[in-house]
Amino acid sequence: MINQHFVLLNKEDNVFVCCKKILSGEATTLEEIEVSMATDLTVGHKIARQGIVKGEKIIKYGVTIGSAIADIAFGEHVHMHNMKSDYIASHTRQSRAGE
Amino acid sequence: MQGYLRADGRKGIRNIVLVTYLVECAHHVARAIVTKSSTDNVQLIGFPGCYPNEYSLKIMEGLCTHPNVAGVLILSLGCEGFNREQLANTVKASGRAVDTLVIQKSGGTRKTIVDGLASVNNLLIKAERAELVSMELSELVIGTICGGSDGTSGIGANPAVGHCFDRLIEDDAVCIFEETGELIGCEQIMAERAITSELGIEIMKSVAKAEQYYTKMGYGSFAPGNAEGGLTTQEEKSMGAYAKSGSSKIHGLIKPGDIPSQGGLYLMDVVPDGEPMYGFPNIVDSAEIVEMIASGCHLTLFTTGRGSVVGSAISPVIKVCANPETYDNLSDDMDINAGKVIKGQATVKQVGDEIYELVIQVAQGQQTKSEELGHQEFVLTYKKFVDISPACLATVR
Repeated sequence: MINQHFVLLNKEDNVFVCCKKILSGEATTLEEIEVSMATDLTVGHKIARQGIVKGEKIIKYGVTIGSAIADIAFGEHVHMHNMKSDYIASHTRQSRAGE
Repeated sequence: MQGYLRADGRKGIRNIVLVTYLVECAHHVARAIVTKSSTDNVQLIGFPGCYPNEYSLKIMEGLCTHPNVAGVLILSLGCEGFNREQLANTVKASGRAVDTLVIQKSGGTRKTIVDGLASVNNLLIKAERAELVSMELSELVIGTICGGSDGTSGIGANPAVGHCFDRLIEDDAVCIFEETGELIGCEQIMAERAITSELGIEIMKSVAKAEQYYTKMGYGSFAPGNAEGGLTTQEEKSMGAYAKSGSSKIHGLIKPGDIPSQGGLYLMDVVPDGEPMYGFPNIVDSAEIVEMIASGCHLTLFTTGRGSVVGSAISPVIKVCANPETYDNLSDDMDINAGKVIKGQATVKQVGDEIYELVIQVAQGQQTKSEELGHQEFVLTYKKFVDISPACLATVR
């Protein structure tokens, strides 16, 4: 746990995982840098541990879990809007994502 | 620990009578018999289709001769394609009691229900005579699946089950993990854990097959709830799911209904062989649980983040919840709170040990939450497989 809201699963990771719900506008300190959340985040979601450029691999558990499809800022929510699978597309009830 | 000794030498942790219908047309009659039997020890399973299918027959044979099963009532309409004679012969050859009722010959709904109730009462009396004998942990077969995964599953519940699996394998039990479609992205590390390089190659091939199959289906094994719970990609879900397998060597690759002959860790290849034919490999979690049970699982460890409530016919399901908020919301349905891990209140090892202790208690007869609540979900549909390659079978540990 790096603070009450986020955990770092592996030192190689470029994302943190939310372990306690945090609301938009709330401030949190990520490895000594304070950041204000741009969106509500629930348990299990990811945010960027550093700036990530488009095309860069997203690392969680110390392994690649997909690629960025847009530049991602430090502290930004990392999800279907800015990353995709390197294998097979994901989907939501409304649409395909990351294709 | 004690188990119910069957005539074929296998030992069960439950002592149930199955009523199985062989086509949807016999479903209502079968359900009426089970409902009127008014004991949880009479359970309903069945197959919906009218066309014959080797896979469904093999799975049904595996279920009806499962060590938890004492006797079986087969319910046929009469004209369906399911080979009821072969099923009855297989059950009989296993030393279990079996009756077959054919509705078209028994005078229809009312008379078949009356005959069926008489049969079930008789089967229950025979079941009561099952001898309880000493049973070792090494005689247990334990499966694991995940359902309703989210971003917490791979942190709390799945690695805790992995730790429990490591301990059970030390005890020489059989442990089975599965769903190669949810292991896409893990093939290389998984292959490295195979006891032989030939098995490693077979594991790589099974995952490649899964990727090809799911791509053709147009959807990965990834539900909208996974995304709502913070999982973004198939390989992210896979890495979490993979943690259920623990850290033991992989001793073999099996297909649904294959029963491992010695202790160790096995991967079940659930994706059909050949060109996609009957649709999605596993349409829902319960179909995966059924395949595990057909391969001999006495109980299944079910991890969840979003919060599944299912149980199963035949074998108990232990539910391990990774998400602390889900646990608070659905605690009546959850056996283990693995949400303690992400909250920093317990280690993966502590929760894994808790699961291990619960496995032993449930094997000794303690009811799981889903059993108490009467969950007996069951799904079996069409698939097609070729036999497993010899390189997949366990050799020396």
